[in-house]
Amino acid sequence: MNDSHPVDFNSYIRRCAYVFAAVLCAVSLMIWISFLPEHFSWAKKVAMILVVACGNAFVVAGFLMHLISEKKMIYTLLAFTVFFFAGLMGLTLYAMHDFPTGTQLH
Amino acid sequence: MEIPYTVQPRPDTGIYNAKVGIWLFLASEVMLFGGLFSGYVLLRVGADQWPHGWLDVRFGALNTIILALSAITTLLAWAACKVGQFGKFKFFHACTLLLALSFLSVKMYEYHDKWIHYEIKLSDGTIADGHLVEKSADFDLAKKTGTITLHGRIVNDENLLYDLRSQKDIKLDEVTVKAADIVKMENYGPWHNTFLAIYFTLTGLHALHILGGSIVIGYLWGPGSKMWKRDPERFTNRIEVSGLFWHFVDLVWIFLFPVLYLT
Repeated sequence: MNDSHPVDFNSYIRRCAYVFAAVLCAVSLMIWISFLPEHFSWAKKVAMILVVACGNAFVVAGFLMHLISEKKMIYTLLAFTVFFFAGLMGLTLYAMHDFPTGTQLH
Repeated sequence: MEIPYTVQPRPDTGIYNAKVGIWLFLASEVMLFGGLFSGYVLLRVGADQWPHGWLDVRFGALNTIILALSAITTLLAWAACKVGQFGKFKFFHACTLLLALSFLSVKMYEYHDKWIHYEIKLSDGTIADGHLVEKSADFDLAKKTGTITLHGRIVNDENLLYDLRSQKDIKLDEVTVKAADIVKMENYGPWHNTFLAIYFTLTGLHALHILGGSIVIGYLWGPGSKMWKRDPERFTNRIEVSGLFWHFVDLVWIFLFPVLYLT
């Protein structure tokens, strides 16, 4: 929350209403995708649901945590976090099928 | 001794110290939950089977809405402080607290539902699966005496218990089983399988964050709010910092809900 801007309480109420509507839409969309017929594989469904979840997270982080108008210091800190998080997930995907020698797969 | 930069921005960072502190803390939290999500991915791709439809989507969606509302009331509580309306702050923060407790109540109900859900392997090779209705007074698994009644069904194939989404019209009824016929009996606790282990770990840690956040919010709403009279700007910053933590907890749930309930 960037405290350098003056606060207008009514504009915050409007902003919150939009964010809440967006969250409701995202939740409904994710549920709908998860119940798509079986010819959509789970891999496709997971990918689509995660895209919607990322959009939902962007709305919450951007507008409720004020990340769209933050100070450079916060962005720098978050850039490091994103770098290490991406590395963690990258390593996870890289090692996904790297089973130790002797592992018996059923 | 006066703590520096609790209200005024520090010249080199451009923000007050507590805000840098909470963002550093949140960065470490991202890595904590990131590690657990990484564990989830590895467990899921390494599993022979992964359950679908074991968690009630309605409760997950309800909790998502509850947390989204609480994130909004937290923001409005901070905005009320910013414009100097302490009464509105009290109202919105009380709403946040009530919503947090509602979230935890729903979660406890879901945990209880899993705790009384049993999978019982029988000596004839079939499996009784369902929620506990009652155990007879003399029920003793070790001595093989008495009976247990479940509200559920008996299946021949364990695979039928994994993908509940693809089965339509599952008929549930009261099933009574003799202790003498039981080979193995286990409830749906974290020990039951990999999915439940990671489910309880992820949601349990998240629920602890909700509990911790609720305690802080409760303090700032109650005894901690005395600071408003003494130093309103510093108090407003405290609300902002606690709010940032609360939004982060909401963000984590935004990913937990689809990962655990929908996929």
